Amino acid sequence: MSMLGVVVKRELSSYLATPLAFIFTVIFLVLNGVFAFYLGNFYERGQADLVSFFSFHPWLYLFLVPALAMRLWSEERKTGTIELIMTLPIPTKDLIIGKFLASWLFIGAALLLTFPIWITVNYLGDPDNGVIVASYLGSWFMAGGFLAIGCCLSATTNNQVIAFILSVVVCFLFIVSGFPMVLDVFQSWAPAWLIDAVSSLSFLTHFNAISRGVLDLRDVLYFALVISTWLAATAIVIDMKKAE
Amino acid sequence: MITVKQLTKAFGTFTAVNNLSFDVKPGEVLGFLGPNGAGKSTTMKMITGFLAPTAGVVSVDGHDIVKDTIAAQRLIGYLPEGAPSYGEMTVESFLKFIAEVRGFKGQDAKNCIEKAIHTVELESVRLQPIDTLSKGFKRRVGLAQAVLHDPKILILDEPTDGLDPNQKQHVRELIQNLSKDKIVIISTHILEEVSAVCTRAMIIADGAIVADGTPAELQSMSRYHNAISIRFDSSVDTSSLSSIIGVSEVVHEGDWVTLIPENSDGLLERVNNKLEELNLHAEEIFVERGRLDDVFRKVTREAAQ
Repeated sequence: MSMLGVVVKRELSSYLATPLAFIFTVIFLVLNGVFAFYLGNFYERGQADLVSFFSFHPWLYLFLVPALAMRLWSEERKTGTIELIMTLPIPTKDLIIGKFLASWLFIGAALLLTFPIWITVNYLGDPDNGVIVASYLGSWFMAGGFLAIGCCLSATTNNQVIAFILSVVVCFLFIVSGFPMVLDVFQSWAPAWLIDAVSSLSFLTHFNAISRGVLDLRDVLYFALVISTWLAATAIVIDMKKAE
Repeated sequence: MITVKQLTKAFGTFTAVNNLSFDVKPGEVLGFLGPNGAGKSTTMKMITGFLAPTAGVVSVDGHDIVKDTIAAQRLIGYLPEGAPSYGEMTVESFLKFIAEVRGFKGQDAKNCIEKAIHTVELESVRLQPIDTLSKGFKRRVGLAQAVLHDPKILILDEPTDGLDPNQKQHVRELIQNLSKDKIVIISTHILEEVSAVCTRAMIIADGAIVADGTPAELQSMSRYHNAISIRFDSSVDTSSLSSIIGVSEVVHEGDWVTLIPENSDGLLERVNNKLEELNLHAEEIFVERGRLDDVFRKVTREAAQ
């Protein structure tokens, strides 16, 4: 087994060894249901799609993903296991990607467990399942973006609460940068390219594009770039903060 | 063989390790001694590839620790300070993870896990989560992890810290029983440990080596080296002992009187003669080999000044 596989396996098994995985999954599923049915008016809209379900995902991830990511590195630093794991013959790159991947797979599994809503909408009507698959993928990519941010900020501190708050704030900025209220601030003075740049930084812009059922390579590339940039930043932060 | 050349580590303006150079050969058990904050742990962290040196070179069996980190780390078993491990894992699953990282598969992995569990006597707790274990057991889990792949080089940061006297003895035996072609580096504040297990001791203060030699050589640097300690049964007048030729100082410690020599030649005979002459009866009498704590205080204070 490659070192990456060993790391992913250990991370996943440590999720299962604590109540964290169970609590996360239950809260994720319950909130998804509450949002889709009560706030999203799933029934009242009378449309055979999952828009009311997916449109709340960015806000759900805003709090749940940092909660999952906060322990990734700060706990290693707090307990000193970072010294153990980084003196084992595992390349640092495999450690960072492995930890990220384990959490990402775990979120993916939680996302898959929302399948009853997909069955429901297929039972009630005749939705475009292609759009739904694209939305699921888009949602998972977006979760990966949040997770990579959380991963990096978790490496900056050995205090999980600080890691959580920092991640929520940065993730929030990445959501709202596409909102009119933010763009309006730039509208009066900034050149068009800057407005475009800010708006294209938004997770929402790209998530919405994918959820419309158009799996554009650029949107996928965007999330891939966000993830790899933040993971590269994680490597730098870990290297800088190791001695503390 | 480990070669350390002009190793330096600075944190901002603070220099934790200052221009350290030494070699360690197979078969040597090197003890790092030094006050807290002297740079022992930082040195170990650089040898194991956790921290990058500010300057200088560490080479582990020919592998440069900075350029060829993974190859060097494969040869090393390391117990970091405080013996950190993943608390939510059971002893067995934690060791299984380590075995996988060390490249063992299937039956090989099982065998080396069994051997490690047996070596440090973890049989009774193998299925317990590490978080639920006592400090002594946690330390042993850390040791098991370090010796699991039968490494050529074993680096242990305070391996007996927090253990009871029996467990300390056990860990010392473990280190002594390692085959003779290994390199072992341990750090400790317990001076008796150095004479018990080390073939070489190095005292570090303020990031620099202030003494380096066999435990016996270090003992001979003590002013108590070849001093004569005598115990008298009752309060006898010992004031005239200071008049013996070659005695520079007389130290009283409880019932004991210690005569510190100017130089060592023939003092015992002159002391015996003097005792006979004064008709003093000694309950016990022996020649000291030197006191490590005395050397330790002397060299670390000198370094501080």
